Order: sequence, then structure tokens, then C-alpha cells
Amino acid sequence: MTRTTLDAVDRAIVAATQSGLPLTPTPYADVAVTVGVTEAEVIARLARLLEAGIVRRIGAVPNHYRLGLAHNGMTVWDVEDGEVDRLGPLVGALDFVTHCYRRPRALPDWPYNLFAMVHGRSRDEVEAKRGEIETLLGPSLRASDILYSTRILKKTGLRIVG
Amino acid sequence: MRPAATPVVLDEIDRRIVNSLQGGFPLVPRPYAAVAETLGLGEDELLARLRALLASGVLSRFGPMYDAEKFGGAVSLAAMRVPAERFDAVAAILMDMPEIAHNYERDHPLDMWFVIATETPAGIEATRRAIEARTDLEVLLFPKEREYFIGMRVEA
Repeated sequence: MTRTTLDAVDRAIVAATQSGLPLTPTPYADVAVTVGVTEAEVIARLARLLEAGIVRRIGAVPNHYRLGLAHNGMTVWDVEDGEVDRLGPLVGALDFVTHCYRRPRALPDWPYNLFAMVHGRSRDEVEAKRGEIETLLGPSLRASDILYSTRILKKTGLRIVG
Repeated sequence: MRPAATPVVLDEIDRRIVNSLQGGFPLVPRPYAAVAETLGLGEDELLARLRALLASGVLSRFGPMYDAEKFGGAVSLAAMRVPAERFDAVAAILMDMPEIAHNYERDHPLDMWFVIATETPAGIEATRRAIEARTDLEVLLFPKEREYFIGMRVEA
């Protein structure tokens, strides 16, 4: 795992922006006032954090449910070990897959090593998308399942700093 | 506030804002003005619409999305097989634990799926043991071994 050293100013910028950017004409200047540096410094540091992958992206984080994408299926796949790293990125590139990871199996209960989250407006839509992934995985696929979420029990944002 | 599952109807302009602003927000002194221009809006209108989209919950936030693991913290997906009669009591235990960020009920024998997020990698195993001690149930950990994509883009 990549570790990047953040200094106190970086951490202050994270603390000031982790719940969102100010909705003002000059958000970076406003963050700069909070942190006690210049606007140019905030912009330069955010650019560096973005380049280092510490910031994944800057923008809007939509709520799937409010957009009518109420059906979320965690599709899980048992893909041959020699093929999963070739096929995983292809699954991840499908425009309806929001997260895609390789994870360890937990045998005998859990034979699946590839996870892809699929959202849709109906179960039928999610099932159709699952079918597309199945076609893509082809002969390297040994078994699969889909786990629908039936209830959100807890959802809190991750606080990084502060 | 409306229940989280109630869809909100968006007009064409909101839809364009949600679809085009899920990344790439510019690092310039007047970023909203720059984006508004590409959308054919005024800066004030874009700001007002973003405020409304956040207030109605269509957007859960607007700003930088940080990768917690790059800060030295650790995150793992985890699952448990919880008997139906104990389900709510176990959910309440996880609700009170700050290390648990998300928790979902899913229709599978492994019926409780949650995310453990801790300040250090050792915290994941410690949290697993704490949950097992408090629930007397086995916790399976599914840490990511490789990330193929995390775009979280959504078509509004």
C-alpha cells in the first residue's frame, strides 16, 4: 500500500474539506483562510494530493437512492486465479459497475474472489447487468451469486482527519 | 427529511450538473464559474442548484473524495451469518461501534455485510475480535486485494 507523508498543512486542508468544499465563488480562497495559507498554496497542494491518489477525485457524490437507483446488487464471482487480474479491469470498465475488487475467498462458505457492485432502477435491470458480466467472464467463470441489500443498517461517512 | 429511498425528480439542468460534475472539478480560483460556463449557466445559478441538490440529498456531498487508506488507515469489507432472531440486537452492537462505517442487510446466509475502517491496519483485526467477543459470531474479513475500479459514477 502506498503511504504518502502529509504535513500539518495538508492535514488541515483535509480537515477543512472532507465534508465538502465551500459553495462560494472562491472555495479554495475560503479554505485558505481557514487553514492560514494562500489560495495558491491550497490549489497546489490539492493538485499534488490528486496526483498522488490521496484525493481520488473532486466533484459531486450522488446518492443512488435519491436518483431512483434503489436496487443495489453485490455481484460476486468465482473466477480462475490465473484470469481474474485480466478480467477484473474489464468488469470494472463497464459503465454500470461502481466498485470492482478482487478479494480473498473464505472457503468453504465463500468461493467468490471478484466483487462488482451494480445499481439499477429495478431488480430486472440489475439482473440484466449481471448477465452482461457473466457473458464477459465467459469460460473463466466457475460460479456466481448476487446479494441484494434489503436494508441499510448504518451509513456514516468515513472521517479521515480530526 | 424524506426517507433516503424516495427518488427526487431532477430537471434537465440538474441532470447535467449531476452527470458532468462527478469528477474533474477545476483547481482554479473561480471553479464554479468555470464549470457554469461549460454548462451554459451562471455561476450563481450553479451554486444555487448545488445547494438545492445537497439539501434534497441527491448529492451526499460536493468536494474532494479522499482515499482513507492512503492516510495510513485501513478498510475492510466484512460479513457475518447472523441468526434472524438476533439480527436487530447484533445490528445495534455494530451501530454503536465507531469503527463500523456502513452496514447492510443482504439476502444471503451471510446476511450482514459491513465496512470496518480503522486508523491503523492492526485495528481491523482488533475490531474483528471485538465483534466476535461481543456477538459470539464468526466475522469473515474480505479486505480488497486489488482494486479494478472505483469510479462511483452514476447516470442521473
